[in-house]
Amino acid sequence: MPLLEVKHMTHFFGGLRAVHDFNLSIEKGEIRGLIGPNGAGKTTIFNLITGVYTPTEGEILFQGQPIVGLQPHEIASRGLSRTFQNLRLWRHMSVVEHIKMARYSKLTYGLVGAFFDTPERRRQEEESDEIAHRLMKELGISHLADQIVTNLPYGAQRRVEMARALATEPDLLFLDEPTAGMNPEELVEMMDIFRQVHEEFGMAIFLIEHRLRVVMELCERIQTLVFGEVIAEGTPDEIQNNPKVIEAYLGEEDIH
Amino acid sequence: MTYFLQNVVNALQWGSFYALIALGYSMVYGVLLLFNFAHGDVFMVGSYIGFFVATGLVGLSATGIITLPYWLILVLTILISMILTSFVGMLIERVGYRPLRDAPRASAAITGLMIGIILETLNLIALGAERYKFPELLQSQTYDFMGVSITNKKIMIVFVSLLLMYLLNLFVMKTKWGMAMRAMAYDFAVVPLMGIPLNTIAALTFGLGSALAAAAGILFGTAYPVMDPYMGVTIGWKAFVAAILGGRGSIVGAAVAGFILGFIEIFSASIFPSTYRDLIAYSIILLILVFRPHGLFGQEHTSKLRL
Repeated sequence: MPLLEVKHMTHFFGGLRAVHDFNLSIEKGEIRGLIGPNGAGKTTIFNLITGVYTPTEGEILFQGQPIVGLQPHEIASRGLSRTFQNLRLWRHMSVVEHIKMARYSKLTYGLVGAFFDTPERRRQEEESDEIAHRLMKELGISHLADQIVTNLPYGAQRRVEMARALATEPDLLFLDEPTAGMNPEELVEMMDIFRQVHEEFGMAIFLIEHRLRVVMELCERIQTLVFGEVIAEGTPDEIQNNPKVIEAYLGEEDIH
Repeated sequence: MTYFLQNVVNALQWGSFYALIALGYSMVYGVLLLFNFAHGDVFMVGSYIGFFVATGLVGLSATGIITLPYWLILVLTILISMILTSFVGMLIERVGYRPLRDAPRASAAITGLMIGIILETLNLIALGAERYKFPELLQSQTYDFMGVSITNKKIMIVFVSLLLMYLLNLFVMKTKWGMAMRAMAYDFAVVPLMGIPLNTIAALTFGLGSALAAAAGILFGTAYPVMDPYMGVTIGWKAFVAAILGGRGSIVGAAVAGFILGFIEIFSASIFPSTYRDLIAYSIILLILVFRPHGLFGQEHTSKLRL
């Protein structure tokens, strides 16, 4: 059974067809890529699967269960987490608070437990603390724990977002152009982090990228989306040599 | 000097009322980016609920089944009424705001006005035009402190208010729900994608704000016992001013600005003829806002509601 299965997903915004007959199957632990020019509908696909929008047509199964129509928080707490194309951090909260916030669905104590500070609450909070510190160490942001995120450099903010997504303990992680706006040095560092995180936690990753280099190096299989339709699917080599892909990217500067 | 100190005491009392009510406005704004204009009427509802709970407990005590000392009745009244009023707040969120979450902001804004009018009218229908008098739970005692007369009621009001604000701060800073409230204030759309249920947090925010308004309503009732269905209107608007003065969505700001408003009002009245009180007080606040348009503790608020 695949971890995530999307069957014949189509979506309209009013009269505009944003996604047409999209199919996808991701296995546990796989790294999958989705490329395509700007406006092809890549982020829309993320939003459809994570429950921000409900697809006009189609079926989505996560861990074998249908998830179309579920609230975004329900889908997220089933083990699907994501980052965002434009950083979406809680500007005046600290780094450690971001990570602990993402533990919400793992903290199961209620108002009564909080009020009387039960041993169970303390145990859960301690576990969260531990995980937060481990993640910060993993991503090299331990020294920034108590910093307010707006004050951090861009690269560090990207890492905070990644740590936040990981704190939900996902089985599947969606990364929406995670290297956008990074310089070549940061890019190399970030790709190391992806590999490290994937090795360490073993979750599947679904990656949207604009830069071909990143997907080519990381992904086992890649789909190419143009105007909401998949025009090619295959291994990095196959994609790179596919004439349709080359045509779609022609004139785009980011081909390398 | 004694005259000055006397005014400080009065200002602290009124500041407590304003601060407790302003907190409700600010918390809801922080989370949903809209003001709940029914909040003044929630204060009124809380006060009436307090009246019935207190009367019930006094009656119960009089039957002799269980004899409760008056101070315990007061504590129980505050706690029970806060809980009951929080349900009223959650109901308002459920029927008035949640269905309109994606509606234009103006529609959501007038929801509050309409719910406010509905609450006032329901009160008139249910209880008639007769004015109720809040039961005297705290026997008035006046202490003379260096020539300043302080009543035990004023001490109690300020103490209970500060205690509630302290507890609120603990809740917001230390619990997962409080943290989620803060996160929603900065980026609303991302919150559910991290596994946090928006509706639960929104309902909880309304509940908390309403509970604080109920506490204010009861404390107000112990100081000014005559109640009527429109008792929340003026004080509600003034507390709203305090919430804006503190900075939209800022919890600390709302509390501080509530007390500032109390001080400005009381000292305007002490210096100028009392008819001029509000004229002077609100001209001063207008002037503060000209120089600090985001309020005293406000940040430029640009929470993103959508992805």
